[in-house]
Amino acid sequence: MREITYAQAGAEAIAEEMRRDETTFHLATDAPQSLVAEFGVQRVRATPIAEGALTGMAIGAAGSGLRPIVNWQIVTFCFVAMDQIVNQASKIHYMFGGQAKFPILFRALVGGGGNRAAQHSQSPYSMFMNLAGLKIILPSTPRDLKGLLKTSIRDDNPVISFESGRLLSFKGEVPDTDETIPIGKADIKREGCDITIVALAWMVHEALLAAAELEQDGISVEVVDPRTLVPMDAETIRASVRKTGRVLIADEATPTAGAAAEISALITEDFQTFSALKAPVKRICALNVPIPYSPTLENHVFPDRTDIIAGVRELMGKPLRESSDE
Amino acid sequence: MPVLPEVKRKMLRQMQTIRRFEERASDDFHEGGIFGVVHCYIGEEAIAVGVCEALRRDDQIISTHRGHGHCIAKGADLKRMMAELYGRETGYCKGKGGSMHIADFDIGMLGANGIVAGGIPIITGAALAAQLVSSDRVAVCFFGDGASNAGPFHESINIAAAWKLPIIYVCENNLWAAQTPSHKTLALPDVASRAAGYGIPGTVVDGNNVIAVHEAAQTAVKRARAGDGPSIIECKTYRWRNHTERPEQADNRPAQEIETWKESDPIERLKGDLKSQQGQLSEDEWQALDKEILAEIEASVVFAKKSPFPQPESALDDVFAPVEVQ
Repeated sequence: MREITYAQAGAEAIAEEMRRDETTFHLATDAPQSLVAEFGVQRVRATPIAEGALTGMAIGAAGSGLRPIVNWQIVTFCFVAMDQIVNQASKIHYMFGGQAKFPILFRALVGGGGNRAAQHSQSPYSMFMNLAGLKIILPSTPRDLKGLLKTSIRDDNPVISFESGRLLSFKGEVPDTDETIPIGKADIKREGCDITIVALAWMVHEALLAAAELEQDGISVEVVDPRTLVPMDAETIRASVRKTGRVLIADEATPTAGAAAEISALITEDFQTFSALKAPVKRICALNVPIPYSPTLENHVFPDRTDIIAGVRELMGKPLRESSDE
Repeated sequence: MPVLPEVKRKMLRQMQTIRRFEERASDDFHEGGIFGVVHCYIGEEAIAVGVCEALRRDDQIISTHRGHGHCIAKGADLKRMMAELYGRETGYCKGKGGSMHIADFDIGMLGANGIVAGGIPIITGAALAAQLVSSDRVAVCFFGDGASNAGPFHESINIAAAWKLPIIYVCENNLWAAQTPSHKTLALPDVASRAAGYGIPGTVVDGNNVIAVHEAAQTAVKRARAGDGPSIIECKTYRWRNHTERPEQADNRPAQEIETWKESDPIERLKGDLKSQQGQLSEDEWQALDKEILAEIEASVVFAKKSPFPQPESALDDVFAPVEVQ
């Protein structure tokens, strides 16, 4: 199968869906030139730097029968549109008794690792998870991104796609077909039997590297990628945890009231899954600070495979030892 | 072109319907049949009616927290409106919205909205949708003087002017933003004068003169339909009631100011105009019309009261629109 980058996969999904459905159109403060070349300036609009207005306009256009695709670029910039996201987009279908549909795709880059400091290194998806009425995807591979974006554009609801900036140049296999991936379906990225790592976005890849290393110690790790945060595929996560009896949740967001906390609750409040646990649930997340700029600071704040390996060993009840790549 | 007598009589009927509807809604709110909060439009009826009389059914409007008048003027069903106020399952929003969130997308009423300025980008997006599908329908944004000081007003009008969107921004300047007099918060006395900053027409009209409002709306609608872009119409008016109907709500307005404005009652003025012309409206005809309206309102209350409350479990419905195609 051909390999393309995460960024290319996203661009392909948008172009293919705009080709497929002429009610789609694109709003962003910069118009992607490849889209302009194919679809023209009417359907690919460069807006003023006014995310509040363009977010609200997407809602109004969606309620009028179109399928807007909004790219906020970095999640940072959507905060000036919070009224439209929180008070309007997430509630408008419900508040009006379901009488109109609001099919909108919002895209935003999340995550750190680029020395861009606090405002441009954020993973605030749990803020949006807390709002009933928004679907949220968090794809970790080019294939997942493309398939989930295509599904999101065809969905009749507002969907936010949080895309890890660390993964933009990450290459992976993507079929050359019209593959869609269902929203709300987790993916087991690696099968194992001793411990489950539920990992989000970039941390999926760190977890896979950790799993390969732990295998050499005889620890069999299962890596579950929820892929969708709302609705969360609790059943796949719970089934994996029931099988392994141990779970570590890896997320590069800060932990407080985060996605990892939600996943932890979904695991422990299920009696059958709780009963199967042989060790406490563990979270590996960023330290609870705004993300700092300097590499030594930023690297200290973000978790990586080393932290995952240490966490797994702790849960397995094995003595800590220096990791082999140090 | 002079406004025809039958159009005047239709507008008189609509204004009186709004007034009687709200008098009843207020009474029933105080009696406990209607919950939450009710914002009355009484005194401002000429604006919704004068503007909507210049619109087609497929033209779209968006309203504010003070939305009953806009719903009625656009042609909403009184029974479903009253049922919504009563929180019943036959209401426009199946009891999920209440007074502040009545919408009827079938008649182009994109909803009352509880957030000051929140609707402005949404209806601007509806205008963008009209432009994108090459429809000659227009959009009307109703908002207050308070909203004119908020970011979405400026962001949206700038985009609408830059893209020549088919929209009319109708400011209902009732001189008070909740409990604060507008002269303390507006840098310039007229909201319409801001139109110059966006290179679009801005007109100030007597908002209690339905004919003047209607004529200004016709001009702006013609411009929008022709593809020449947006306009601002500022209607100077006054609300007779307090900001909300809540008895504990503070009211800082001088009694004399309220009384002075009541002397400029938009309904009395149109009635006087019609009565002054031979054969257009007799006192008997007026009394009969009012009786007919009161009977319609009574029927809407009967309908509401005999409608069931929603099943509690239906609180879980309509969070998301069903997804038909994946």
